[in-house]
Amino acid sequence: MPAFLIIKNGRVIDPASKRDKVGDVFIADGKFVAGLTAAQKKKARTIDARGLVVCPGLVDIHVHFREPGQTHKETILTGSHAAAAGGFTTVVCMPNTSPVADNAGTIELINNAARKAAVHVYPTGCITVGMKGQQLAPHGSLKKAGVVAITDDGLCVESNELMRRAVEYAKMFDLTVLDHCQDESLTKGAVMNEGTVSTRLGLRGWPHAAEDIIVARNIILSAYSGAHIHMQHISSAMSVELVRRAKKDGINVTAEATPHHIALTEEALGTYDTNFKMNPPLRTEKDRRAIIAGLKDGALDCIGTDHAPHTPDEKDREFDYAPNGITGLETALPVCLDVLVRQNKFKLPYVIDLLTRRAAAILKLPAGTLAPGAAADVCIFDPAATWTYDAKQGFSKSLNSPWSGQKMTGRVQTTIVDGRIVFAAGKIV
Amino acid sequence: MPWHRKHLLTIEDLSRAEIEQLLATAGAFRRILDRKVKKVPALRGKTIVNFFLEPSTRTRISFEMAAKLLSADVISFDAATSSTSKGETLRDTAQNIQALNADMIVLRHSASGSPLYLSRVLDIPVINAGDGAHEHPTQALLDVFTMREKLGDLQGRKVVILGDILFSRVARSNIHALTKLGADVTIVGPSTLVPHWFEAMGVKVSHNLRSALADADVVMLLRIQHERQASSHFPSLGEYTSMFGLNKTRAGWLKPDAIIMHPGPINRGVEIDSDLADSPRSVILQQVTNGIAVRMAALYLCAGGQPEAVLTPA
Repeated sequence: MPAFLIIKNGRVIDPASKRDKVGDVFIADGKFVAGLTAAQKKKARTIDARGLVVCPGLVDIHVHFREPGQTHKETILTGSHAAAAGGFTTVVCMPNTSPVADNAGTIELINNAARKAAVHVYPTGCITVGMKGQQLAPHGSLKKAGVVAITDDGLCVESNELMRRAVEYAKMFDLTVLDHCQDESLTKGAVMNEGTVSTRLGLRGWPHAAEDIIVARNIILSAYSGAHIHMQHISSAMSVELVRRAKKDGINVTAEATPHHIALTEEALGTYDTNFKMNPPLRTEKDRRAIIAGLKDGALDCIGTDHAPHTPDEKDREFDYAPNGITGLETALPVCLDVLVRQNKFKLPYVIDLLTRRAAAILKLPAGTLAPGAAADVCIFDPAATWTYDAKQGFSKSLNSPWSGQKMTGRVQTTIVDGRIVFAAGKIV
Repeated sequence: MPWHRKHLLTIEDLSRAEIEQLLATAGAFRRILDRKVKKVPALRGKTIVNFFLEPSTRTRISFEMAAKLLSADVISFDAATSSTSKGETLRDTAQNIQALNADMIVLRHSASGSPLYLSRVLDIPVINAGDGAHEHPTQALLDVFTMREKLGDLQGRKVVILGDILFSRVARSNIHALTKLGADVTIVGPSTLVPHWFEAMGVKVSHNLRSALADADVVMLLRIQHERQASSHFPSLGEYTSMFGLNKTRAGWLKPDAIIMHPGPINRGVEIDSDLADSPRSVILQQVTNGIAVRMAALYLCAGGQPEAVLTPA
């Protein structure tokens, strides 16, 4: 691999430096540079990006790579391949592994595997020991071991007292708390959104009030403590509005939306297809529209996929018994292009911003820009290419995607991490 | 019109014409039940497996009876004796039943949507004998069959379904069947068990028992399914009975010719007083008998039989 790379004639979009122009991107020794000398150019490898978009590598602060302990679903390596294939160069792994990542040793294990990954993989640590919601995990040691945030994702910290102490304590280490907002007393046995569809299907409903209550709780605790709290995968219209108002009041909260919550609704569950079962569940058209509006006006900060692989055997069950979660890394970009750019007239640079700089900024990750000096992480995609996504041909170890077999518009051509091509022409390099 | 449905999974899927065909076929079998020799050879040589993953008395015996009267061989087994207790998946158990040469599966399952799931993985017909809180198609068919027997055409007839609607598959299947047949359905009970979401299914939601009963032609009572509920849905069975139990006074609000139905099992003294359950206006046991005929029709048609063959016997 040559140390010099020129990406020529692409539409270069870098929201962080307000760049949107056809031109070239130069890379030397794994970093972006403003230009190359004639001698360097001679040695450089050139990628022709005519007709393609060249943007910072995408950033996903919400993935489940299942290592350690659930490597039959995904490994850090296979997950990183799915990321690279989807144009993502930086991902943040949730700690609900087996064992859970509530101690420095487990983080070290993850970091060791992450060194062999195709993209930058950052770990998070648990908020509470064993994710049991009873006792704070050692946030300081976790930080020293390299976590970029703490979260009990998959579970909500139910106790208000413990959540308060968690955000106060984590603040000392400049660690953001990511919360999965779900009042579990309201969602016992729930498998989908509560409403007319759950009523018709005879499935237990998960009322959006259960999310709204915890979002409101977190806003109050953030206002009280000054700590930054990030709300994961917002699914309800009321939660969007709560975050919007909190931001207006200057409260230090952020929030993310998933591609599936902006693209799909509970109506998709009519045939009890477990590839549409996730937590929080798909909700109504009104919620979907509110989330899109929230992304547009900044109430919501970024896209996070909540990439959650499960094997076909695990998903091939009665709906009630199938695990929650869908994969998302390989489809996030085309889904966002379709829903946000084509259907809702978002400007392309803004959507890229949601997938790069804004996501990175929430956790202050060194990613999401093409600026000289930054790590040379690039996503090159063809915004017009149409293709059919087939999970079986994908890179995740699991196949649980609601989009398998669907036609997609917009396809990643090349993914570059630290100046090295990791994905090109449909293959991991 | 020929019957070409292989599975009976929901009432929601059925057209009005299909419901009529099922009821007409059931009518023919119902007449056979009054004969001295009740057995017909329609399904001779076929094996029907009743696969019940949830407790059931009535439905299971009714399906067994129906299969036997059609001369099918029938094997019934439940969760306790099946390999699901050894960790075998529903798919694997069902595929084994199919590989054992079963011609049809009757499934009762606590998880909504399971019969649809099974119909996708098996080649043989699947009959839904109740899935979670979703549907119980043969129950609704026997209910409307009984209503028609008593009231004739159901167009414009007022049916009150009273009780735990939220967790009731019987209510959902009846709502679909009755609205397709033109009846006006009002569901009544505590607000926590009769949420407004049901309005989208084309019914009225009421918490006022007196006004609902006043113009009802049928009141169908449902059991409080304590086993499916969180403790927060209502204060106590005693409070339920005092607010919504059908007693003599409340039955007095009904029109004189209104009928009382219940899919069973009944909890005497909770949702219905004994006097009323045993009164002439109660058709509870006729429902049970009609259930055999309806299930004969369902098994017969899904096994490939045609309505004409039984409606115009040679």
